[in-house]
Amino acid sequence: MAVEATRIRVRVNGKDRESAVEPRLLLVHYLRDTLGLTGTHIGCETSVCGACTVLLDGKAVKSCTMLAVQANGAEITTIEGLAATEDSAGSKGDAGCVCGLHPVQEAFWEKHGLQCGFCTPGMILAAAAFLGENPNPSETEIRHAISGNLCRCTGYQHIVDAVQHAAKKMASVRAR
Amino acid sequence: MATAAKYIGKPMKRKEDPRLIQGLAHYVDDIRLPGMLYMAVVRSPYAHAKIRSIEGSKAKSAPGVVAVLTSEDLSGKIGPIPCAAQIPDMKAALRLPLASDKVRFVGEPVAVIAATDRYSARDAVDLVEVEYDSLPAVVDPEKAIAKGAPKIYDDFEDNVAYRWELEGGDLAGAFKNADKIVRQRMANQRLIPVPMECRGIVADYDPGEPKLRVWTSTQIPHLARTQIGAMLGINENSVHLIAPEVGGGFGSKLNVYAEEALCSYLAIHTGKPVKWVESRRENFQATIHGRDYICYGELGMKRDGTILGARFKIIADLGAYYQLLTPLIPTLTGLMLCGSYKIPAVRVEIIGALTNKMATDAYRGAGRPEATYFIERIVDVAAAEVKKDPLEIRRKNFPKPKDFPYATPTGLIYDTANYQGCLEAAEKKSGYAKLRRAQTEARKKGRLVGIGVSSYVEICAMGPSSAMPAGGWESGTVRIEPTGKVKVLTGSSPHGQGQETSFAQIAADVLGLTPEDILVVHGDTDQVPYGIGTFGSRATAVGGTAMYKALEKLRDKLAKIAGHILEVDPSRLTFLDRKIVSTGDRKSINFSDVVTAAYVAKTLPPGVEPGLEATTFFEPTNFTFPFGTHICEVEIDRDTGEVKLLKYVAVDDCGNVINPLLVDGQIHGGIVQSVGQVLFEEAVYDSEGQLLSGELTDYALPRAADIPRIETARTVTPTPVNPMGVKGVGEAGTIGATPCIVNAVVDALSPFGVTHVDLPIKRERIWRIIQQNTSGPGSKGAAKSRGAR
Repeated sequence: MAVEATRIRVRVNGKDRESAVEPRLLLVHYLRDTLGLTGTHIGCETSVCGACTVLLDGKAVKSCTMLAVQANGAEITTIEGLAATEDSAGSKGDAGCVCGLHPVQEAFWEKHGLQCGFCTPGMILAAAAFLGENPNPSETEIRHAISGNLCRCTGYQHIVDAVQHAAKKMASVRAR
Repeated sequence: MATAAKYIGKPMKRKEDPRLIQGLAHYVDDIRLPGMLYMAVVRSPYAHAKIRSIEGSKAKSAPGVVAVLTSEDLSGKIGPIPCAAQIPDMKAALRLPLASDKVRFVGEPVAVIAATDRYSARDAVDLVEVEYDSLPAVVDPEKAIAKGAPKIYDDFEDNVAYRWELEGGDLAGAFKNADKIVRQRMANQRLIPVPMECRGIVADYDPGEPKLRVWTSTQIPHLARTQIGAMLGINENSVHLIAPEVGGGFGSKLNVYAEEALCSYLAIHTGKPVKWVESRRENFQATIHGRDYICYGELGMKRDGTILGARFKIIADLGAYYQLLTPLIPTLTGLMLCGSYKIPAVRVEIIGALTNKMATDAYRGAGRPEATYFIERIVDVAAAEVKKDPLEIRRKNFPKPKDFPYATPTGLIYDTANYQGCLEAAEKKSGYAKLRRAQTEARKKGRLVGIGVSSYVEICAMGPSSAMPAGGWESGTVRIEPTGKVKVLTGSSPHGQGQETSFAQIAADVLGLTPEDILVVHGDTDQVPYGIGTFGSRATAVGGTAMYKALEKLRDKLAKIAGHILEVDPSRLTFLDRKIVSTGDRKSINFSDVVTAAYVAKTLPPGVEPGLEATTFFEPTNFTFPFGTHICEVEIDRDTGEVKLLKYVAVDDCGNVINPLLVDGQIHGGIVQSVGQVLFEEAVYDSEGQLLSGELTDYALPRAADIPRIETARTVTPTPVNPMGVKGVGEAGTIGATPCIVNAVVDALSPFGVTHVDLPIKRERIWRIIQQNTSGPGSKGAAKSRGAR
């Protein structure tokens, strides 16, 4: 490389990582190509489609519009690491939760909230982050919240059903 | 011999989902091979230009660059991009993968680069120096085919790709007897398919075997394999092509692209695996586009609303070069222009126009949404003319169920239908009478509320090979392994449609197993016998039938073996709950024991071979014709021209349903793509052929907040074309919805005397219509705002 590499430290899916990266390396390429976490997808280069959505310090961000160097010191959750996060660990396998899946993942499965699956990781993470902030949303609020994630297959209806289903499930677990 | 119906018809969760929801699936860009290089494409920034020179030396010496190739390097090495369509006297608007002397659309590949990483490859694109002499671009299709238009091909006398005509019945007589002839010019705008996954390919060449291994995001693995092998001059049986997880296609991956051949060639040339994944900008520029017709329609009818005849002249903007089916798609429109009506006489004339744009080809519906749009729009124009309610005029002209199989003047035979029942169901479900009353009240308050109806029939489950360019059959292989698990190999190639689940449901019912016992394999040309692929809503109707017939063969064989062991007539055996049971007495045997017997081969009846594998190549005798009625309600904001979709009711009939969850998903998705066409999307080229809508920032896809909840219902009218009675539904939603929404918008504006609004229905257009009809000096524009002739 002609450009000097920059050292970054990130915690990805609970694992500490240290890498030397080109300053212009996109976070999404760092996750996919350097770390081999290919569950996060790339659907555009203009930050519109949301397929690249990951959680960065708990917030849903579009990793195609961040540089890896900007993520230095952050805690990132990708789709591969979602199931192991607090929510599903907290449900401890009951309340109808299939072991090893986050309630939002489970809900997408239950409600046929995906067809080709390409937008799905980003959609699930956006939904999970949203439910963290708004655990009892209306349909309008759900539709607005996922408007940063494009889906060409489903027409969104079963996705909305999935988010509603996840909200109910997560509320019932919290109620225990 | 009875089989269970435990799983067919049930809304089963999908078997595909666990890997997809956990990010464990492998799409093309997820595939990494040791030493893999990355390909980048240098593309023309001009719509029409002569290439004066290409200088690649700077790029060749850039960091990480391994190879830079132009058409000169490829001379004689790669054949032209294939086109399977054959229209009589069509011009051969074909091209080689890299442009040599001329470019004819923005985005046309001019050079390719292979580099060690994707960033270096992209950097090197800017270092390739191409000198162009730009030429006038031809963008308007009507101007393109007019006298004096700049020629896109020096060898062709003009920019007419072909002329195609169809006539049935006595049109002259029909128009003579007509009380009214309605005329309407209608545009169906160019769209971009935009699957969420862009195109991509990984190619790897082993010179020892020799073997070219290709992973490509395709809907047609076997056809693509044949064509890529042919383009490169490699024996077909030395090519192994895999469609990995494919992130949507909608027809745009029913094709063979230059980049697939170029990437494969680079793998051979460099001796390393090569990956190419397009950017979204490339997807917009250089993946096939959809629709883009101008139609001049005429409908002759009696005062009581009876349609006597119709004439359509269509100019189809094909772009500059053909892709796989480019010239064929408009002819599908021609065949379906009678819609779901008894129209005794029809005449269709289609002119394919060449322009300096990307090729059009199959995009969800492939010609049928266009046909449905034109007939449903003009029928509504006619209904308004004779002051009939849109439901009434449709009911008046529907053929009755007993008229089926119904022969259209366009030469098709519709299989089965119940248009009346479907329309009635939609009328009831939408509360149509109530909607109309509410509309009357709303209008009193000056609100612009509109109700739209569309009744469609569509042609799918492609199709009898006699009518298809490269075969319309499909293959299905079923293999039962010694331990009793089942592997299905299907030539269908799902990319979201869920056949790993629906086919497992079918197989489970035929064999008396559970869907968990069934593994459905697709997309791998080394594993799966030759197949045609997934498009044209054919996977279940044709691919599923091939599998079904193979299942029956195996079930019959198992019954023979079981009957032999149980000493029972095989015809008395039922397959249920992993057992094979004799009806009438209490004899039964475990499914797994019969499978063991077939492999251990000690107790086989005479004449029965060991093993358990069966293949069927199913040739359908006809297409199938799903149908439906959609009804919707819209309201237009007078201040902004925004169209709000308030209510959408879809009643669709796709025959028997294997998994209602999947069918609903297809309907929702299809309808939303139509909402996109009507209210949001438009592929725009400027007068110099620059693609202005070149990224998702400029091409608006519908988002979740833009869509209301869609209410769906079904009628079920099975087809006799296949034993399961399934018709296909993947495209039906898109076919029915566009005219429904447009009809609603026109209805909302009808108090102003508006009878037509062209697609796309953008806010500005509506706002201007409202302004013209409500402000003082503009209100004379009431006549102007009628659809242009």
